[in-house]
Amino acid sequence: MSPLAKLLEAALFAASRPLTLEELLSLEPEAGEARVAEALAELRAAYGDDHGVELAEIAEGWQFLTRREYAETIERAQFALRPRRLSPAALETLAIIAYRQPVGRLEVDEIRGVDCGAVMDKLVERGLIEVVTRGEGLGRPLLYGTTGPFLEILGLKDLEELPRLDELSVALRRPIPVDDPE
Amino acid sequence: MTSPIMRSPDQGGFVIELDKFSGPLDLLLHLIREDEVDITDLPIAKIADQFLAVISDLGLNQAADYLEMAARLLRIKAQMLLPRRLGDDEWEDPRAELVRRLLEYQQIRELVDWFGRTAEARAERFGRGYEAPPPDAPAAPLQIDLNDLLAAAERVITLIPDPMPHRVVPRPLDVEGATARIRALLAERETFGWVEAVGPAATLVDVLSVFIALLELAKRSELSLAQPEPFGPMVIRRESPREAA
Repeated sequence: MSPLAKLLEAALFAASRPLTLEELLSLEPEAGEARVAEALAELRAAYGDDHGVELAEIAEGWQFLTRREYAETIERAQFALRPRRLSPAALETLAIIAYRQPVGRLEVDEIRGVDCGAVMDKLVERGLIEVVTRGEGLGRPLLYGTTGPFLEILGLKDLEELPRLDELSVALRRPIPVDDPE
Repeated sequence: MTSPIMRSPDQGGFVIELDKFSGPLDLLLHLIREDEVDITDLPIAKIADQFLAVISDLGLNQAADYLEMAARLLRIKAQMLLPRRLGDDEWEDPRAELVRRLLEYQQIRELVDWFGRTAEARAERFGRGYEAPPPDAPAAPLQIDLNDLLAAAERVITLIPDPMPHRVVPRPLDVEGATARIRALLAERETFGWVEAVGPAATLVDVLSVFIALLELAKRSELSLAQPEPFGPMVIRRESPREAA
């Protein structure tokens, strides 16, 4: 492995969160983005299939993660535990915010048909959503968006990796054309 | 008669727990799936009745959301019953808005499945120094920097009204003011009552001021005071003020 790849390996090993390309570049600024990206590819290849950990591209950064097949064994030994699952209400709220961001609470309430205040407060507390701006209109409502930790818990590289709405079996058609067969 | 949703309790029963549903739309979708009806051509009367039956069978801890939906369903049902002229192009299906919301919600549910699966897969890969979030952490420790603190202090300070030390002041009787008011009333009306003279929300000082002013004006013959019956209201009547002048 090249010296730069080894340096990146050390840094990624030391960090307990995904490191972005800019952060990695700060280790050796004169290397330039292209060479860092190259070294990352080299590192990723080096970890290929022969290791228990792999270099994952996640939350707009890079992080070493253990391979899925060891999850159960590691968990049984209680060396690490899976995070608690999010409730259906929390997932619904996250899904709406992920696709409609920036979005206000009223719109989320409207789509879910229930008051989402408590759920949203909890998501803010867990750092999965945050206030990104204020809307126009009455009272300048707070508008929410998803955060880096949101991408992390889903293991997504970026928001582009969310399923596209037209790929879902229920395409969102609106307004529904009302055609009466009679 | 056979009902499509007849179940005996020993088969698992027709038991729906409201907690299983994340809201009225979820419950509606469940009923629609049970009945295997076309979502775009909802048999609204049937669905509305089922919806009402379910929510009245259950303890409603989120009653407001479910009741709002029940009301909406009944309104749509009523609108569907209204006669409409044949070939009326203006007619808009009262179910359209609900169907739109249901489809939108169904899409969200599909995304929720995907989110759940994806998060599950991610949870099976551990990062370095991974720590599971503590179960339902109580209130998060306060994380603030100096600017937040200063901004918060600023907000609190602006809420404090200017200091108002209590000053004990002698409250002189405002006989002159009361006199002016009574004269204004006299100019307008021949007679009026005590209540009008004192005015609304009168304080003790006001009452005394008015009383003294009335006596003073009576002495100057600008008005006369009469009480037609014992304990009856006092009547104040204008006298010719010219004589007094």
